[in-house]
Amino acid sequence: MTARIGIAITLSLGFAGLCAAGAVAANASTSARTSPGPHASVQHGRYLVRAGDCMACHTASNGAPYAGGRAVPTPFGTIYSTNITPDPDTGIGRWDGDDFYRAMHQGIARDGHRLYPAFPYPWFTKLSRDDVRDIKAYLDTRARVRQRDIAPKLPWPLSVRGAMAAWDAMYFDAGTYRADPGKSAQWNRGAYLVRGVGHCSACHGDKNFAGAVDAKHPLGGGFAEHVFAPALTGGKRDGLGKWSEQDIVDYLGTGRNAITTAAGPMAEVVSQSTRYLSEPDLRAIAVYLKSLPAPPQDDIAEADAAVMRHGAALYLDNCEGCHLRGGTGEPGAFPPLRNSSAIQARQPDTLIATILRGDAVPATDADPTGLAMPAFDKRLDDGDIAALTTYIRQAWGNHAGVVSRADVKDLREKLHRNPN
Amino acid sequence: MAKRERPVDVVLVGFGWTAAIIAQELTDAGVQVLALERGEFRDTVPDFATDTIQDELRYAVRKQIFESPERETLTFRNSADQTALPMRHLGSFLPAAGVGGAGVHWNGQCWRFLPQDFEIRTHTEQRYGRKFIPESMNLQDWGVTYDELEPHYDRFEYLCGVSGTAGNIGGVKQAGGNPFEGARKRGYPLPPLKRCASTVLFDKAAREAGFDPFPCPAANASKPYRNPLGVQMGQCTYCGYCEWFGCGNYSKASPQTTILPVLLKKANFSYRTRCNVTRVNTDNTGKRATGVTYVDVDGNEIEQPAGMVVLCAFAQHNVHLLLLSKIGTPYDPTTGRGVVGRNYAYQITSSVDVFQKEILNPFMGAGALGQGVDNFNGDNFDHGPLGFIGGGYIALWNTGGRPILQHYLPKDAPTWGSGWKKVMHDNYLTATSIATHGSVMSYRSNYLDLDPTWRDDYGNPLLRLTFDFQPNEHAMSDYLTDQATKIAQAIPDATHHVKKRDGHYSIVPYQTTHNTGGAAMGADPTTSVVNRYLQSWDVPNLFVMGASVFPQNAGYNPTGTVGALTFWAAEAMKRYLKNPGPLVSA
Repeated sequence: MTARIGIAITLSLGFAGLCAAGAVAANASTSARTSPGPHASVQHGRYLVRAGDCMACHTASNGAPYAGGRAVPTPFGTIYSTNITPDPDTGIGRWDGDDFYRAMHQGIARDGHRLYPAFPYPWFTKLSRDDVRDIKAYLDTRARVRQRDIAPKLPWPLSVRGAMAAWDAMYFDAGTYRADPGKSAQWNRGAYLVRGVGHCSACHGDKNFAGAVDAKHPLGGGFAEHVFAPALTGGKRDGLGKWSEQDIVDYLGTGRNAITTAAGPMAEVVSQSTRYLSEPDLRAIAVYLKSLPAPPQDDIAEADAAVMRHGAALYLDNCEGCHLRGGTGEPGAFPPLRNSSAIQARQPDTLIATILRGDAVPATDADPTGLAMPAFDKRLDDGDIAALTTYIRQAWGNHAGVVSRADVKDLREKLHRNPN
Repeated sequence: MAKRERPVDVVLVGFGWTAAIIAQELTDAGVQVLALERGEFRDTVPDFATDTIQDELRYAVRKQIFESPERETLTFRNSADQTALPMRHLGSFLPAAGVGGAGVHWNGQCWRFLPQDFEIRTHTEQRYGRKFIPESMNLQDWGVTYDELEPHYDRFEYLCGVSGTAGNIGGVKQAGGNPFEGARKRGYPLPPLKRCASTVLFDKAAREAGFDPFPCPAANASKPYRNPLGVQMGQCTYCGYCEWFGCGNYSKASPQTTILPVLLKKANFSYRTRCNVTRVNTDNTGKRATGVTYVDVDGNEIEQPAGMVVLCAFAQHNVHLLLLSKIGTPYDPTTGRGVVGRNYAYQITSSVDVFQKEILNPFMGAGALGQGVDNFNGDNFDHGPLGFIGGGYIALWNTGGRPILQHYLPKDAPTWGSGWKKVMHDNYLTATSIATHGSVMSYRSNYLDLDPTWRDDYGNPLLRLTFDFQPNEHAMSDYLTDQATKIAQAIPDATHHVKKRDGHYSIVPYQTTHNTGGAAMGADPTTSVVNRYLQSWDVPNLFVMGASVFPQNAGYNPTGTVGALTFWAAEAMKRYLKNPGPLVSA
């Protein structure tokens, strides 16, 4: 029965789409293969599992890999990731390929219950059937861990799984990625990765009241946990407009480039996911992202001169040691603040959270030093941080909105309540 | 009954500079390495974070990141006819406790010793004759030459990202560098630090006095740096909080900023903190180390078996451990026989404070931001008519302008009240100081042994230090101070306060943490504890690192040489691991 639904949906999308997706998937060197043996399938599956950063959510802190149990805070309540090890009773050991494909493609579990979209099936639906098969092949090789899933803590009516049918009806379209024949194979490969397994817009997209990403502007920037993931569109100020393709490749591959360094949740994404992607795939992602147009820019109010003076003095005392005069930073070590899209993002939350909590760049094999910034939450009060962040967002040619004391106070309280 | 841990291939006592280097090298060679550290784990953030580290009262005055003498100290006397008493406050020298060791709180003054320093006995006899050497002086060659160490100096300098100007590349003198230095294979990895007003003043005055000034080599990164391990350092911000502080900007070379990001990820490396090693254990022949015994934070005594033991603690702690473990023959000052504890040496310092008119902004400093002259170091000058052995550099270091301890006041300045405030106000921005950094030779009467009376927390006898400055050192230091005064006199519109080092050595005022010897290296087992590869003559699977192996002290800060010797010894250890046994036959 379940198998038939999966096939029916695939058929309804048409064979053309499926074949196009296959062609896209085959473009990258890592996935170029004809009929994969079991080993190649597992290897490719591991590559995709890393690309999708599955482990990050499906592993609790200090927990067994892929055994789930990590709390995923959502605006509606806390959802816990599930056990995707091959354990037959508590994991997905009894799932066959069709069961798994239905979950990835339609967001429906083996027993028929609807999954919450905290599991990124709205993106994974774009994956080709072969890619999903390989992901399952890899997960099947993981150690079995017997660990029961934790029930989500959601208010009624969201606690009723059936309610998700309505959500799916309103916000979810199942469908494998269809290549745009007007674009290059490289562009299509990038789009396939960004919009599919990479599920970039889950963080970098604006979410509506129901938690669904704005389909019209999927990469225009959005909240992720307590920070604001900046736009990946072509804006010169808060997007990737000033980044070269190589800058994007460097950033995703090493967590740093000539413009900035990864921080916060993105540091984790780089160290656990994107740094494992092949160079051709990183370049394909870069080509795709660089093709996204710039959105119209908001009007920005100028900050008060006294606030700027206060901010400048705080910058000198607290920040200039590493980020240097003029916010130039030391590319590759301490992120430049001038011209930074993260600094000039529509919402200042990332910048505020970084000052409050401190941060570290991801340590990778190529760059083993996790250069860290200390937390300033005990040293600077809300008014200080508002003035400092306003200054940083409007100094040296930066052009982004003023930050209020209330913005800082709210985020400080939120972080205090839920430090993750 | 001590609990027994699972055996490891190599156990390191301490987890500072030398341990980090040895661990990095030997784990690369494929063996399992464990470091045991008596202090805590520490890292740049949060422990030395820029928002808290610049606290002079906490770190420099209250000595937060050093070893605490309530837990660990030594007894001291000037001569064998006195009764030694425990040092209850840190003063003359400041050993560290905690991961990174003194590599966390050093200034980064990273020198090479002169080629003649390593062959000082041979060189002195050749140039001045045997009789030139005082009877009481244990002047010894090191058993290793500068040329042998050169590649290892180079490795340490590139590990640390040393900033400087080379003076001699491949025998060719380089303009602007130290013309007296031994030949180096290549220049420093980074250009020198920016000059500041006081080093410019010194440079001009030293030239007028007829000397050859150069920027002192600094393990403070003048530019962002990535070392051969891929570890990154940030550019120094000249905040003036190096000496006695950890660096918050990843700018000062330390194990944390040069090695640990790579080392700590290795599956064949582990470390345990708050573990105080009290013995090196040997088998019933006494010729083979079987591991170490340590006391953990709860007071449990634990045995850690190991195939090889490397002592990587601070100089006198290595010697203490050898004595407690009864490895090697303890030195007997009455007969002059025995080696463990022999060759203890130190350094002799003096200064000339300068009060002039130009505003110097001393707070813009770095630990190794200095301009120096080497005209009077080692045997760079004719000692014949002077009658002493040794020398030192003269330098103006602008390490910082911290308010409590780093200011210079005229000789008769009031010490408190409004009078003090006035001279402080009048001099803070314009006063500076020229330092001399003199060598100290080893003598029959200066040594380390076990105290007969005083015991530590674990019931073990404290180490006893018997040390005094000898006439040779006073003569040398006075001569060096006279040369420094000549430089001071070449500074226009200035008055001076000459601070010679008079009288007996006192353990109370801070001088320098350059304690050396007690486990000397050498070619002759009757005058050295370890061979030229830092391997114990008595127990071939025991190695001793650090300045405790210096047969006598030179006129430079020791860390560069400690680093070079460690890389040199690591190469030998790799050979030893393939083919265990003495690397030099006695």
